Amino acid sequence: MSGAVMEGKAHKLGDHVNTDMIISATYLVTIDPVELGSHLLESHDPEFVAKMSPGDVLVGGVNFGSGSSREHAPVAIKGAGISCVIASSFARIFYRNAINVGLPILESAEASEAIADGDDIKVDLAVGTIEDMTNGKKVSFPAYPEFMQRLIDEGGLINYLLKQDA
Amino acid sequence: MSQSRKILARHVGRELLEPGELVEAPVDLVLANDITAPLAIEVFEKLGRENVFDRDKVVLVLDHFTPNRDIASAEQCAFIRRFAHKYGVNHFYDAGEVGIEHVLLPEEGLIKPGNLVVGADSHTCTYGALGAFATGMGSTDIGAAMATGKAWFRAPEAINVNVSGKPRRWVGGKDLILFLIGKLGVDGATYRSLEFSGDGISRISVDGRLSAANMAVEAGAKNGLFPVDGLTVEYLREAGVTAEPALSEPDDYGYALEVDIDLDGIEPQVALPHLPSNSVGVSESPNVKLDQVVIGSCTNGRMEDMRLAAEIMRGKHVAPGLRLIIIPGSPRIYRRSMDEGLFEVFLETGAIISPPTCGPCLGGHMGILASGEKALSTTNRNFAGRMGHRHSEVYLSGPAVAAASAITGTITDPGEIV
Ligand code: SF4
Repeated sequence: MSGAVMEGKAHKLGDHVNTDMIISATYLVTIDPVELGSHLLESHDPEFVAKMSPGDVLVGGVNFGSGSSREHAPVAIKGAGISCVIASSFARIFYRNAINVGLPILESAEASEAIADGDDIKVDLAVGTIEDMTNGKKVSFPAYPEFMQRLIDEGGLINYLLKQDA
Repeated sequence: MSQSRKILARHVGRELLEPGELVEAPVDLVLANDITAPLAIEVFEKLGRENVFDRDKVVLVLDHFTPNRDIASAEQCAFIRRFAHKYGVNHFYDAGEVGIEHVLLPEEGLIKPGNLVVGADSHTCTYGALGAFATGMGSTDIGAAMATGKAWFRAPEAINVNVSGKPRRWVGGKDLILFLIGKLGVDGATYRSLEFSGDGISRISVDGRLSAANMAVEAGAKNGLFPVDGLTVEYLREAGVTAEPALSEPDDYGYALEVDIDLDGIEPQVALPHLPSNSVGVSESPNVKLDQVVIGSCTNGRMEDMRLAAEIMRGKHVAPGLRLIIIPGSPRIYRRSMDEGLFEVFLETGAIISPPTCGPCLGGHMGILASGEKALSTTNRNFAGRMGHRHSEVYLSGPAVAAASAITGTITDPGEIV
C-alpha cells in the first residue's frame, strides 16, 4: 500500500460491530485471507461481498470489533479488499490485531457521523485526513506515528520486525 | 496503584506504573486454541526461532471444533498437533484430555495468583478469578510471545467494583457480572481493568468468580481481577497449587471509576438479544418460547453449574420439543458429574450430554440454531448469529435460570418451580 492514499465507497455499519458479525465462527477453519474475505459480514448481509469493491471503506460507530480475539476479523476485512476502517471507537483487542496485520483503522467520531452509506471517501494516512467527496466534508485526524505507518506499509508487525532484523 | 498494575509492575521490576505506560513484560503462560493457534504458529514460524521460549509455558487446547467437526477443522488440529510434537509443547490438550480451555487451565493448576497470562482468546481474562493478570490478544501477538516469552502491555486504568451484601438464592457470579455489564455497557470498561473488592466477594464461590471474570471482556475490559482469599487457596490446593491468601484492599488512588454493587438487590439476571449488556432481572424478562437451552461453556460449565442444574431439574422433564444440551466443561467435571449421579438426573430429564467442547457457544457445532429459533444459554455472548442463523436469538443467564427454563419452556425464575 504505497502512498497511503485510499479511495473507495463507504459502507456504513452501526455501533458495536462485533467479530462474529465480521466473520462468522463457522469459517474459522482457514487462515487464508481471500477465503475469509469471501465471507466478510455475511451474517450482517449475505450479499455484502457482492456489493462491495476493492478499496471500499467500512464505517462504524462506537466499539467496532468487540467480541472475540480472532485475528481472522481484520484479516477477513483486508482479504476482501477493504482499504481501511473508520469508527468512533474500537474495541481493544481488535485495535491491536488490526495494526498487527496491517489494516489501517482510524478513530474519528466526527468522520463516522459525517459519512453516509455509499459516499465516496478519500483517506490520506500520511497527512491525516478523511474526505467525504460526496458531501465535501473534510476531517483531520492525528497522522500515524512514523513507525506505525511503516508497520502498516510493510503489511503488519511480523514483516516489520523481520525487516528490522535484516 | 491498582492490583493489576502491581502485577504488571512486578513483572518488569518496577515499583510503580502509571496508567498508559507501555511496557514489555515477560509472561508466565501463553495460550492458544484450535481456532487461533494456526495463525499464531504461522507467525511463530516466520520469526524463524529454533524453539518456543519455554516448553512448559506454552499451552495449546483443541477445544472449539472438536471432536473434529469437519475436514477443515481436522486439518487445523492436525497442523497444531504436528507443531506441538515438533517443539515438544508439554501442555498440549488433545483427544480425551480436552476440556474448554478456561475451565481446564485453572483445574490443571496452570494458573497461579500474581501470574501474567496472555492467550489468543478473548476470555483469557477468566484467570483473574484466581488473582492472575490475564488478557486476550490476537494470534500475531501470541505467535510472537510463543517465540520471545514477552508481550507489550499498556498499563491499564482500573475500575473498582465494590461488592457488598449477601446473594439471594439462585444468584451467583454470572448474575453479578451480567448486572455489572448492564450498568457499564459493552464498552464501559474498554482498555481498563475490572477489579473486584468488598466483603460480598467471600459469598461468591470460586466457580462463580471464574464465571464473572470470564465476562470482564464483555464490558470491553482488558482483564478482571479478584482478591485471593481462603476459597481461592482451597480451590488452588485441589489443583495442586500452593498459595497464600492476599486479601489486599484497593489503594486509595489510581481508580478511574468506583462502582458499588449490593448483592441483596440483585435477582437472577437474563441478558436479552443481542448484547450481554441488555440484562434485566428474570422477573422483567419477556415470556419467550424457547427451542433450545444450553448449560455449559467457559462461563458456566463447571461443577457448581452442573450441581445447580441437577438440583433444579431432579424429577422433572424438559418442556415438549425443547432441546436441552448440557456440556460439562472438562473431563474431570464430566467424570465427577457422572460419579455424583448428575448424569442420571440429566438423562431422566431428557437432556443431551455433550463431550467437553465449545460446541454451540460460538455456533461451531452440536447445537446450531435455525432461523427464528430462540435459545437460553449460560454462555457469554448473544450477538446476532452467534449460535447459528443470523435470525436466531440468544438469551443469556446463569445455570439456575437456564435449568428452570428448560423445564417450563419459557424464561423462568427457578424460585417458581423449586
Ligand atoms: S466456550 Fe465459548 S466463549 Fe468459551 S472459549 Fe469456547 S467458544 Fe470461547
